[in-house]
Amino acid sequence: MKANTSASHPPYPRWSPPPLIANPLLRWGALLLGGLYLLAAFSTLEINWERVTAGISRSLQVFVGFLQPDFASRWWEIQNGVLESLTMTVVATVVGTALSIPIGLGAARTLVPLPVYLLCRGMIALARTFQEVIIAIFFVVLVGFGPLAGVLTLSFASIGFLAKLLAEEIEAIQPVPLEAIRATGASWLQLVTYAVLPQVLPRLVGLITYRFDINLRESAIVGVVGAGGIGATLQTAFSRYDFDVAAAILLIIIGLVWATEVGAGAIRRRIQ
Amino acid sequence: MPVSVVRGQKVWQRRDRATALKHWLGWIVGVCLLIGCGRIIAGATNWSFVWDAPRQGSEFLGRLFPPQWSYMVELGRPLWDTLNMATLGTLISIGIALPIAVLTARNTTPHPLLRSLGLLIIVVSRSINSLIWALLLVAILGPGVLAGVLAIALRSIGFVGKLFYEAIEEVNPAPIEAITATGASPAQILSYAILPQVLPSLVGVSVFRWDINLRESTVIGLVGAGGLGLQLDAAVNALQWSQASVIFLVILLLVLLSEAISARVRRAIT
Repeated sequence: MKANTSASHPPYPRWSPPPLIANPLLRWGALLLGGLYLLAAFSTLEINWERVTAGISRSLQVFVGFLQPDFASRWWEIQNGVLESLTMTVVATVVGTALSIPIGLGAARTLVPLPVYLLCRGMIALARTFQEVIIAIFFVVLVGFGPLAGVLTLSFASIGFLAKLLAEEIEAIQPVPLEAIRATGASWLQLVTYAVLPQVLPRLVGLITYRFDINLRESAIVGVVGAGGIGATLQTAFSRYDFDVAAAILLIIIGLVWATEVGAGAIRRRIQ
Repeated sequence: MPVSVVRGQKVWQRRDRATALKHWLGWIVGVCLLIGCGRIIAGATNWSFVWDAPRQGSEFLGRLFPPQWSYMVELGRPLWDTLNMATLGTLISIGIALPIAVLTARNTTPHPLLRSLGLLIIVVSRSINSLIWALLLVAILGPGVLAGVLAIALRSIGFVGKLFYEAIEEVNPAPIEAITATGASPAQILSYAILPQVLPSLVGVSVFRWDINLRESTVIGLVGAGGLGLQLDAAVNALQWSQASVIFLVILLLVLLSEAISARVRRAIT
């Protein structure tokens, strides 16, 4: 805290809050470095101002498109794409959950020996590292264009989310019931069924609803690389500058995401 | 407790008959839904490609390896662009999300209408993926890093704003009351009573979002927004898989690094 009395009138000491970083050299150095980085970053942005000014009138077109979305002229493609996105989300969430439960159990250090733990953690790390779109590129090469590649992508990506958080839940459960069930001479499977699952089930259902929500959002974009869903139609609409069609698709996506978020919230509130 | 009587003996059951039936009905409806969805997807799939997948996969791996290491030299600039898209995008989104969060938090909002407006902005920003924002901005502004920066920023406003306003709603009201009692103005209350309480979570959220943004900015180039994704798109379209594998490795390293940094910063402040 710094108190400096001003020389003239009023004689009260004036308080000022202490700086966040105490060392002045470090404080000014960090500021200077940050400023230099920003300068370098902005100077390499390469903004094409002509294109940007042309874009301003186009953004007006986008705005008008949002005010008058065109659901009708491409209704067949939109309907197909949305249906595909929804079905991909449902199947991928179920398959992802079915794969995540054993992997999540295996990634809980309290339940399994070290080699199994490392194997399962490795699988989770692999699933978490890459973006859905990059995983989708792989699966499109493997099984061809279409929603199956999207389902595989979303199922695989779900493992990284569900299994990791499930393992963390399992590692944090109360150890007392575990010990009690173990003391009855229960097998490992019985231990999981009677001591672990009852404790994590509400949280697991909550996580599944979260992942359903995420899968729905992602199902709208994996189509950009050919993995099915509404993404391909959306990309076509944008590249043809059909902003009213694109606006219709975006409004449907926003509506669906909002609806699942409300539904998922209601389920979570009922369970927990 | 549901108990049924079977041949004069009481048998304990987990659920009474009505609840058990409801559960069964739920399961049947769920399974039917799953089968229906599966059929739609199976109908849209070209199965001859799927049966070919093992061969395709092994050939694909053969094309990925060995990576064409000399291609690494050309990745310097895209890497720098990717980093900038993530960092500048996060900074811009923080600048926009902070005032929105203050207007949206229940305990600092000046008017319920403004709160609804803030919530609307947050929902719209959150429901649209950064890749879709990039599609939109590339169509408006043309391809380039600028579209990427703005796409990242627009997607992050919702995420950062939501977590910021939740942090503001959770502050301890006692310091606010104390500062108010000194006759402080609303701005002074904000900076002396609320900001010090939420600062750690603001920093944590920002670094967390930066970590996510770095991942996302590696792919938004696929739709023309610059960075590593643009190179990846070019390599994939030209079927240059030995170059694509170098890009995958660079992305892997970048993600591991950013996750390490973000985890470290968040550990340090909490």
